[in-house]
Amino acid sequence: MLYIKCPHCGLRPQTEFSYGGDATVKRPELNKEISDQDWDNFVYLRKSPRGKHLELWQHISGCRQWIKVERDTLTHEIFTTLKANENI
Amino acid sequence: MSDNFRLDKGGLINRNKKISFKFNGKKYFGYEGDTIASALLANGVHLIGRSFKYHRPRGFFGAGVDEPYAIVQMNRNNEVDPNVRATEQELFEGLEAKSVNCWPNVNFDIGAINNFLNKFFPAGFYYKTFMWPKSFWYKIYEPIIRKAAGFGAASIKHDKERYEHKYEYCDLLIAGTGPSGLASAYAAAQNGARVILAEDKSRFGGSLLTSEVTIGNQSGQEWAEQIISELKSMPNVIVKNRSQVFGYYDHNMLVMSERVSDHLPKTDKYTPKQRLWYIRAKEVVISSGSIERPLVFGNNDTPGVMLSSAAKEYIKVYGVLVGKKPIVFTNNDSGYETAIEFKKNGVDPIVLDTRKDADSEIIKEAKELNINIKFSYVVVAAKGYKKVNSADIAKISDDKKVISNVENIKCDCICVSGFWTPTIHLASQSGNKTKFNEEIDAFVPSHSKQKETTLGSANGVFTLEENLKTSFEKGSELSKKITNKENKVSIPTVVEKKSSKHDKFWCVPLPEGKNYKRFLDFQNDVAVSDIQLALREGYRSIEHVKRYTTLGMATDQGKTSNLNGLQLVSEVENKVVPQVGHTTFRPPYTPVSIGAIVGREVGKHSKPTRKSPMHYWHEKNNAVFVDAGVWLRPRYYKQGSENLFVASKREAKNVRQNVGVCDVTTLGKIDIKGPDAAEFLNRVYTNAWLKLPVGKARYGVMLREDGIVMDDGTTTRISENHYHMTTTTAQAANVLSHLEYYLQLVWPELNVNVVSSTEQWAGAAIAGPKSRDVLQKLFPDLDVSNEGLPFMGYMEGNLFGVNAKIFRISFSGELAYEVNVESDHGNFMWEKIMEIGKEFNIQPYGTEALSTLRIEMGHVAGSELDGRTIPYDNSLEGLVSKKKDFIGKRSLSKKAYLEPDRQKVVGVVPLDKKTSIPEGSYIVKDAKAKLPNPKLGHVSASCWSVEYDNPFHLQLLKTEKI
Repeated sequence: MLYIKCPHCGLRPQTEFSYGGDATVKRPELNKEISDQDWDNFVYLRKSPRGKHLELWQHISGCRQWIKVERDTLTHEIFTTLKANENI
Repeated sequence: MSDNFRLDKGGLINRNKKISFKFNGKKYFGYEGDTIASALLANGVHLIGRSFKYHRPRGFFGAGVDEPYAIVQMNRNNEVDPNVRATEQELFEGLEAKSVNCWPNVNFDIGAINNFLNKFFPAGFYYKTFMWPKSFWYKIYEPIIRKAAGFGAASIKHDKERYEHKYEYCDLLIAGTGPSGLASAYAAAQNGARVILAEDKSRFGGSLLTSEVTIGNQSGQEWAEQIISELKSMPNVIVKNRSQVFGYYDHNMLVMSERVSDHLPKTDKYTPKQRLWYIRAKEVVISSGSIERPLVFGNNDTPGVMLSSAAKEYIKVYGVLVGKKPIVFTNNDSGYETAIEFKKNGVDPIVLDTRKDADSEIIKEAKELNINIKFSYVVVAAKGYKKVNSADIAKISDDKKVISNVENIKCDCICVSGFWTPTIHLASQSGNKTKFNEEIDAFVPSHSKQKETTLGSANGVFTLEENLKTSFEKGSELSKKITNKENKVSIPTVVEKKSSKHDKFWCVPLPEGKNYKRFLDFQNDVAVSDIQLALREGYRSIEHVKRYTTLGMATDQGKTSNLNGLQLVSEVENKVVPQVGHTTFRPPYTPVSIGAIVGREVGKHSKPTRKSPMHYWHEKNNAVFVDAGVWLRPRYYKQGSENLFVASKREAKNVRQNVGVCDVTTLGKIDIKGPDAAEFLNRVYTNAWLKLPVGKARYGVMLREDGIVMDDGTTTRISENHYHMTTTTAQAANVLSHLEYYLQLVWPELNVNVVSSTEQWAGAAIAGPKSRDVLQKLFPDLDVSNEGLPFMGYMEGNLFGVNAKIFRISFSGELAYEVNVESDHGNFMWEKIMEIGKEFNIQPYGTEALSTLRIEMGHVAGSELDGRTIPYDNSLEGLVSKKKDFIGKRSLSKKAYLEPDRQKVVGVVPLDKKTSIPEGSYIVKDAKAKLPNPKLGHVSASCWSVEYDNPFHLQLLKTEKI
């Protein structure tokens, strides 16, 4: 079980969080033209790297904040955790 | 009886307390502190079971967790416990155990015919034999094999025993209470660290219980006792026996299984049988010791052949002789310790040492005791079927390839020692890259990945003096990092005997003309010849060899067999062991009861149960409940002998004719506040929200980014910047996370806050032509006329002193209202509605009637919004704004979503007006057409219409675009 440091609450067990996928995906702006290909890439395409991965978790059983976690998908090592508005 | 093998004195058992127990129906006696194994051995019983494949007789091989043979089925508290290790299970009065994998009994086992047919059971037998025809596997082969194979039989009844989980945090978790565990725990505790010290056995001390050493001025065992009692008295230390740390998981979380009352005849109602500890440790010390390796020779699985360390433990801990005419067969000094114990207790052993000559303090001692020692000697084969009665021994050449002078000597046990294998399981599970240590022919931990340190013989170090020193230092160093305190601990002086080098020889060659089975894996009957065959057949990777031959599988996971298996593979392949590598160590280290893993999360505790404030009213009024997610909702209210069908029809009819009331507390509710709330809703929902006036509600549909409908519900503008959103019961949590996602990550510039208010409000839906009459009487001061409270209107009222929110919304097509009050007043509101509604013939209705009413209306719900449909499929395209952008809009122009033959919700009445089509049924054009028969759609909802008194369905059906 992972031990995730919520930037708001501190170290908490994984059971308090839910996983939210790739944190580097950026939603296209509203009311802007976008090609089918770009939209499909946003909706469906995700990288699945072996190694470092910046991903979203939500502290659902805690402060309910979405946070960013930089984790190694192979070793589960967590390098850093960030608030939603912070960037590496 | 003549075969009493209990010594007159000695051991750590309580000789004042005699205990009776039954094995295979026969009564025996033992003492408090015995295990089933030690008590049976004291009674001269060596035959305990049959082997997995050949059904060869099985005895005792070890004295602890490494035991591959002695697995029994137990009865306790009227529950069965399969696959219990007899070497671990402590005796209690009235214990009953029996052998496994034998029929009709352990002495006469029909399955033993496999032993004589063993030529037909080579490695990979099942893969080779039961392949064709395919259909035979499920019907014929598998059931027969299942019956013949396997160990204990699990009960098919619900296990009534109690199991618990516990979560603990500590600075240092120390697994194992041998010298290294004790020393490191002691040093860490002195520095003020929070320590958990775990011992798998019932007694603390590990090797100190059986070794002849002096620490300070005490014996090893006395020293262990003193350290443990000091640790137990410290408030920062948790000391646990009968507790196996079996798994090392991510981020320094370890799981430990505590056998709380397995050793007791009966448990109290609230005392668990076992407890699983989830421990998050800052640092972990692995002092799990080492396990003796077997030597491999002919028929080395015969009962009476056992590890020399086990024989020593039976003497020193239990006061039991495993035989009275022992052979000790060793390639190192450890065997001599066992031989000396035998000698001290009046039994004359013969020592066969594979080394040409060796000299050390302990060999000198053995010589002084006049023990018969034969160097360059080996056991070629054990003789005897259910018990060793003699052994063929022989001289072995210096190059270990030729045996000569074979002779047969009488014996009743053969104690083997092939040196020691460090128990590196936990270190390896944590991700430690282990390395091969040539000096001890075994793997030891190397580079740590997590915060783990391996000490003592688990680290491949076998001298007490060095281990104690390192462990005191490490314990102090690790804890100092955490507590910033350093209390010096003086390291005691140690007296121990120095050992000479062990012999790398471990597998005795077969004499010419003999083809004895030489077993590597005793639990799975994997012999040397099986490995050789697998390699000849082309298996190379040790992982493949393992799976093909089953080497190292089953309940003991190869604790005694893995390294010998690797040695053999490397020998045949002409590689060195580190090149072959070892198979992956995965948790659990020892078998864990499924019950312990599940813990208290069984039956209705497997998920939380949520009840509305009106729950007890429903109960009193004969509601039959149904699970709606984690909520319990009334499905129908039973009157007399009504069934579901009759009751729900009555309830629905009453809504259509008079008035009904339904508990809608479970609907998800989200409170939304902020100056940008309208803009936010406008982006979340498919329809327009900017112009919704205060005091009005609106129905809305929200999509995922892929265009699929996520949820629907009404949202009401309570005040300028305050909205009350409702979601479906099932999607409440997802919708909240969804909203939070967009507010926190995508549009943080929007000034909006959302919070769940599901539990703050109790809700009642009042529906039917007479609902306004009821409402008017509930709120006599309010104007609830069609003009005062129009469709989709909202107002606040005072319900006999309680603040209420009133929404005019309908799920049934009837005139309907929803009244919300604070949860604490839910029951009060409900009783008032029932009281006032009486004159209008009000009746409560459950989810079944609710569903009937909405299906009749053609109102889509969860069964249509099933995560696969877009607004068009649900005939909700009218709610999709063309003017503004919103979540998922761009996806709606996808080609697949614009195909003319998409499925669409339609209402269907059967032609005969009688036949109800079950939900989930497939719709095809011609039921008799050949497969694959193309599917046109499916029935998503089915009810009996109370309006027309015939079946009525909603279907998602392929139709022409209208």
